[in-house]
Amino acid sequence: MNLKELYQEIILDHGKNPRNLGKFDNYNKDAKGHNPLCGDDVHIYLRLNENKKVDDITFEGKGCAISMASASIMTEMVRGKEETEVKEIVTDFLEMIKEKDELNNNLLNEDEKTKLMSLSGVKQYPMRVKCATLSWHTLSSALENSQEIVKTEK
Amino acid sequence: MNIENIKKEFPIFDDKIQNNDLVYLDSANSAQKPKMVVDRIYDFYTKEFSNVGRSVHYLAVAATNLYENTRTAVQKYINAKNKNEIVFTKGATEAINLVANTFGQKYLKEGDEVLITELEHHSNYVPWHFLRKAKNINIKFAEVNNEGEITLDSIKDKMTEKTKIISVTHLSNVTGAILPIREIVSLAHSKNIPVLVDGCQSAPHLKIDMQDLDCDFYAISGHKMYGPTGIGVLYAKKKWLEDLPPYQGGGGMIGEVKKEGITYGDLPNKYEAGTMATAQVIAFNESIKFMQKVGIENIEKHEKDLMDYGLETLRKNNSVNIIGNPKKRGGVISFTIEGIHPHDIATILDEDGVAIRAGHHCCQILHDKLKLTATARASFGIYNTKDDIDKLNKSLENCKKIFNLK
Repeated sequence: MNLKELYQEIILDHGKNPRNLGKFDNYNKDAKGHNPLCGDDVHIYLRLNENKKVDDITFEGKGCAISMASASIMTEMVRGKEETEVKEIVTDFLEMIKEKDELNNNLLNEDEKTKLMSLSGVKQYPMRVKCATLSWHTLSSALENSQEIVKTEK
Repeated sequence: MNIENIKKEFPIFDDKIQNNDLVYLDSANSAQKPKMVVDRIYDFYTKEFSNVGRSVHYLAVAATNLYENTRTAVQKYINAKNKNEIVFTKGATEAINLVANTFGQKYLKEGDEVLITELEHHSNYVPWHFLRKAKNINIKFAEVNNEGEITLDSIKDKMTEKTKIISVTHLSNVTGAILPIREIVSLAHSKNIPVLVDGCQSAPHLKIDMQDLDCDFYAISGHKMYGPTGIGVLYAKKKWLEDLPPYQGGGGMIGEVKKEGITYGDLPNKYEAGTMATAQVIAFNESIKFMQKVGIENIEKHEKDLMDYGLETLRKNNSVNIIGNPKKRGGVISFTIEGIHPHDIATILDEDGVAIRAGHHCCQILHDKLKLTATARASFGIYNTKDDIDKLNKSLENCKKIFNLK
């Protein structure tokens, strides 16, 4: 394992120029996440339409390259997906980042999976796994309409 | 003073860590341990162990003497008048909690004010916050200036008729600023306000003298002074320890226990309930011996040289933004690099064996003021060399390369 694997070009790109950053007006679900260890924050906004599809998703936040890239890539992956599909992708991603070697869902194409797998380098850095997972846990919380702030430390 | 020889006393540097020579720049967080401290714990447990202060058998008496020897050593080291002014705690955090709890119980009521500063570590804010919740007291924050300092005037600005206690750090763990404690104490005492000093960062690096500072309370962390974890010291003037109620109840702190009522033990037992961190206290004596052997003046001089060199080196590195510029500064340099988050810096440095801290360093109030969520921090100990700083700088260049920064 080396740093090049952790800080791949795609991570640096999304970390520096996060996609879907900001807040949009007519969101109908949102949730906040916080990592007390480092003080990083994320706020996810999304709109589920009448067909339970995520027709828009953005985030606000401050954090390291890993956390910003993870949030940015996540918004790209779940936009246009149905709520149940989003949940499946989230679960799959969280399992991959913790223990599995690959993603098992059939909802993302190979290019998308490759993009998401760029975050897998974080596995070798246990203290940094939370940076990669914070926005994903926060997305779950938003879907469940939880008012509680997601924390990486319980 | 030969730093290489001193460094040899620290077994952690004997072996490679993740295939690198360790460059340990996280001593403000916790210092490494000299062999004499580690050995003392082993020897105590293998050859001398017994609980202290209770039984009359040989080992118990010997252990009690060893335990009390540390108290005397601390008393002398910080120039306290009386050995009973030294209370052992599990750390500086518990020392501050002890004061906040007992002083708060006895002397604080709704509307009273506790004056702290924007530089404080969470452990010198949260215990007072408990009182804000429980007793509706107010907490005032003396403001940090652009240099990252707390001046006497900033304290004066927030002192009111309602100020009942002032609790300030001696040395900031973020900006490195050394506070004018003697002047703050003198000002506070002129209004009959007691002062607690959080000495976590100062005790390992500066000469500290309770008669000179004249503060009412002083909190010390053992593990930052090359000592074991789980041990701290509360220095308090005897009048306070006699006056304030006990903190925790249990064995060892009592006088007489009856169904109708309980009396408490004499000092210092009154504040040491339950079985204490005996081995750690005994080994802490070795930390003090170690620091005395090196000499606090030598420690101060060495760390000042390192800091000057560190500041000079990092200032030459155009990407590095150093937090604060206090006139009197201890061996702490916090910094940011535009375009790289401190956590990414810390991970990349770690790959080169350079251990620093990244985050808010338990000082979110200060980071909010600076409008930063996190900073990177290099802090020094007696075992650091200029070579460590060169390695830090080289590794920072590597960060910039990885992040495609010029």
